[in-house]
Amino acid sequence: MSNNNNMDHKYILEAQDLDIYYGTFKAVTGVNMKVERNKITAIIGPSGCGKSTLLRAFNRMNELYAGTSIKGKIMFDGEDIYAPHIDPVEVRYRIGMVFQKPNPFPKSIYENIAWTARIHGFKGNMDELVENSLQQAALWDEVKDKLQQSGLSLSGGQQQRLCIARAISIKPEVILMDEPASALDPIATLKIEELMQELKKNYTIVIVTHNMQQAARASDYTAMMMLADRVLRSGTVIEFDETQHIFTNPKDKRTEDYVTGRFG
Amino acid sequence: MKEKAVVQGFSDNLEARNRWGVIWQVLFQASTIVGIIALVALMLNIINGAFGYVAYQARVDPDTLAVDGVPLTEQSKEQLLALLKSKISSGAYTTLDKAKPFADRTREEVYQLVVERVIRPDIVGVWNLWPSLTQANEIRATVAQEHPDAELDFVSWLTRSFVARPQTSEPLTAGVRTAILGSLWTILFTILLAFPIGVGAAIYLEEYAADNWLNRVIQTNINNLAGVPSIIYGILGLAIFVRTLEPLTSGELFGLVDPTTANGRTVLSAGLTLGLLVLPIIIINAQEAIRAVPRSLRNASFGVGATKWQTVWSHVLPNALPGILTGTILAISRAIGETAPLVVVGASTAISFDPNSPFSKFTTLPIQIYQWTARPQDEFRSLAAASILVLLVLLLSLNATAVLLRNRFSRRF
Amino acid sequence: MTGLALEKSVEKKASAINLRRKRRWGETIIQSLLFFSGFFSIFTTIAIVYELGKEALLFFQMPQVNILESLTTTEWVPHTGKFGVWPLLTSTLMTTAIAMLIAIPLGMAVAIYLSEYADRRVRSFLKPILEVLAGIPTIVYGYFALTFMTPILRAILGRDVVQIYNMASAGLVMGILILPLVTSMTEDALSAVPRSLREAAYGMGATKLEVAVQIVVPAALSGIAAAIIVGISRAIGETMIVAVAAGAGPNFTLNPFEGAETITGHIVRISGGDLSYNSIDYNSLFALGLFLFLVTLTLNMISQAIVRRFREVYE
Repeated sequence: MSNNNNMDHKYILEAQDLDIYYGTFKAVTGVNMKVERNKITAIIGPSGCGKSTLLRAFNRMNELYAGTSIKGKIMFDGEDIYAPHIDPVEVRYRIGMVFQKPNPFPKSIYENIAWTARIHGFKGNMDELVENSLQQAALWDEVKDKLQQSGLSLSGGQQQRLCIARAISIKPEVILMDEPASALDPIATLKIEELMQELKKNYTIVIVTHNMQQAARASDYTAMMMLADRVLRSGTVIEFDETQHIFTNPKDKRTEDYVTGRFG
Repeated sequence: MKEKAVVQGFSDNLEARNRWGVIWQVLFQASTIVGIIALVALMLNIINGAFGYVAYQARVDPDTLAVDGVPLTEQSKEQLLALLKSKISSGAYTTLDKAKPFADRTREEVYQLVVERVIRPDIVGVWNLWPSLTQANEIRATVAQEHPDAELDFVSWLTRSFVARPQTSEPLTAGVRTAILGSLWTILFTILLAFPIGVGAAIYLEEYAADNWLNRVIQTNINNLAGVPSIIYGILGLAIFVRTLEPLTSGELFGLVDPTTANGRTVLSAGLTLGLLVLPIIIINAQEAIRAVPRSLRNASFGVGATKWQTVWSHVLPNALPGILTGTILAISRAIGETAPLVVVGASTAISFDPNSPFSKFTTLPIQIYQWTARPQDEFRSLAAASILVLLVLLLSLNATAVLLRNRFSRRF
Repeated sequence: MTGLALEKSVEKKASAINLRRKRRWGETIIQSLLFFSGFFSIFTTIAIVYELGKEALLFFQMPQVNILESLTTTEWVPHTGKFGVWPLLTSTLMTTAIAMLIAIPLGMAVAIYLSEYADRRVRSFLKPILEVLAGIPTIVYGYFALTFMTPILRAILGRDVVQIYNMASAGLVMGILILPLVTSMTEDALSAVPRSLREAAYGMGATKLEVAVQIVVPAALSGIAAAIIVGISRAIGETMIVAVAAGAGPNFTLNPFEGAETITGHIVRISGGDLSYNSIDYNSLFALGLFLFLVTLTLNMISQAIVRRFREVYE
């Protein structure tokens, strides 16, 4: 279900001179970043440098909390998603998100997916949609006999895959992942990473991770974030390149220090 | 946004969803407005009742009662007494003297008696504030036509003397002093009972009580008592304080019986009943205040070898005091406004003497309001409105004090 | 100090300190006093149950009173020996129902608004208003019901439809009284729903309404149920509003625009008059009081049990 349209831009997501503010505090400064379709782009860096803030700007989640604002643009398929006429609900319909701590709804496994599809006007075969989504999330075999059980009755790793199934049930074009495996054990983490490789065939993935090995293993492109200024505590992307280059031949010394473990 | 490539099964419903969102948001907002409107209506209604035109006719013209050119309003107590004696029956005069000897009455009280018994103004019409302001001319015309001898005055039923005058059966001269004093006396005993026991119980539950079966029962019990309807406390007070403990509450035990009461329906019973009522409130609030004291403070005190009580008395309590006081003030507010339990305990319906001992008959402000509201005549409604204003002012000042206390002390920490 | 002197003084101190547990009488006395204070509330409950039970028993033992008859007949006229409980009961139930008709939808709506929609400014304005509404003495609400609500109802629906004393006025004003209670408990329940749940829903592209009504409210359902039960309990026990505005005589009717005395109104009226101990009126007070106590206690305990179970889900 990829959108292979000649009129599509090569970069499905693009941040242009992006600043993100919490009130008067500038959390993220001067980010320029291009996300390629059907690729996995990782955002890495030490804690507190604004990775999550940047990610959540891509689907306008920051707006849920009073006082946040941005300067600059975020282009989705060539259109600025922060333009005044754009509905954030629509943005989130097309740019999905998976959170750090799995957060299935306190509903049945089936309902988690069905409700999500229903609010977006799904009128087709719901059983089929639920099965497809769970298959794509590599969860179907484990839950197919207990679809009516609560989503909260699953293990951590299963819950996260349920959240992924839920997110992809409405066929977003981009999936944002905010440290999706950090709350999971290594086996569950591996499953998520395998899943990501499958998903990228049909979706674009942007993932924030503090696990460098994960970024090195799983992603195609990597953005290295760091505090631009130790006094002002504002984060920025100091380097953005193919993952291979970032980890073997970084241009910025700070990147090199970070990926070789000398710092962070 | 650029159209998403059509995905099988999904329909474009964003517009409809947003429309519903707006509709329900308006409905939710409207509900809050209902609450605000109710409050405003309440206040306006009371104000409406407390001011307005009154037409009254004196059965005996006060001007005819001037003695040696001295008008009635300026006569001395002796002159007024002489006047009273000459105008009412001797039987009535002696009854009044028995109820409260004239020697003990103030000039104000005697003047009121003259107004009540001699002049006897009849109220022929009462109008609320809104009609008084908008239909003044029609009212004047009506009164001139139907009651040519009547006086028409624009009054505020709430005046300084309203607060200072005792209760009487004459609406024009009635005041709430008796009721206010009754309320204050009652609250005194409420606090004397509920504060020490309440704070003590809170300290026990938070500092001393182990987590065993008995203490859990005590805690649950307190939570349950907080939800018991206030009228039940009234029934309880009737059975225990008024009836069973009559020797104590009527003052018999101390030989201090009030001759007009001679039973347990006294200020003391009222205060104790309300004390039981507010006890759970004080306990729960005090518990919260004590719980809020940081553990580190206690540890510091224990660390230097202080005993538990020394720690509680010197460190925990002072720190928790603002919260405890705030809770107590809230409890007082609640108690001052309570009516039902005191009616059951036996508030007096016809009382015009200020309470002067714990064993006096009692009436309180809310009970006065109740009694006046229950009377069919309009003038009593106006009196009720005025008394409500007094009550609300009293409560407002109490609660403002509580808020001030809370803010001032929370800033310190 | 010189080395030797220092040693000697330490030695002396060591022998002076007696590390055995000291008997502190003061502490024991104080602890007993505090325990008594804690236990005092138990006395209150025992007293309530004992007194109400004792006199109620006397009531039921009286020759004119028959429990079966009480529960099945519809006339309460003590002078003629009729003690059918239904007139008082239906009036209580009707005023409660009318009150909850106002308090539940409006209370929940305000709570949802406060919890999901309102910004800090609006909240700081609305919450004090709700506190004020909750703090107004019930007699003032009674006055309001009689002097404002009743005339308005009579003006809208006709003076022959709505009597001067009627259950509807009392019920509606009771609803306003209870609204802040329902709102605050519901709001607590809504706030207890974890933020991550809301984020999940927003992240899936849900609108604010969908998040509030389809995700948050269902998640807070038991807390909301507890709020409603407490509201009902409060309405059943409410006295002054109904005493002033609902009617001064038992009346078995389902017409809300007629006057009918409630259980609480009846208790107040009877005790306000001349009451001799051990009369049948006096004892009936206690029977009614016992009934009231048991009903409200049961409701409150159910509500507390629901809240306790609900809290466990999120911990």
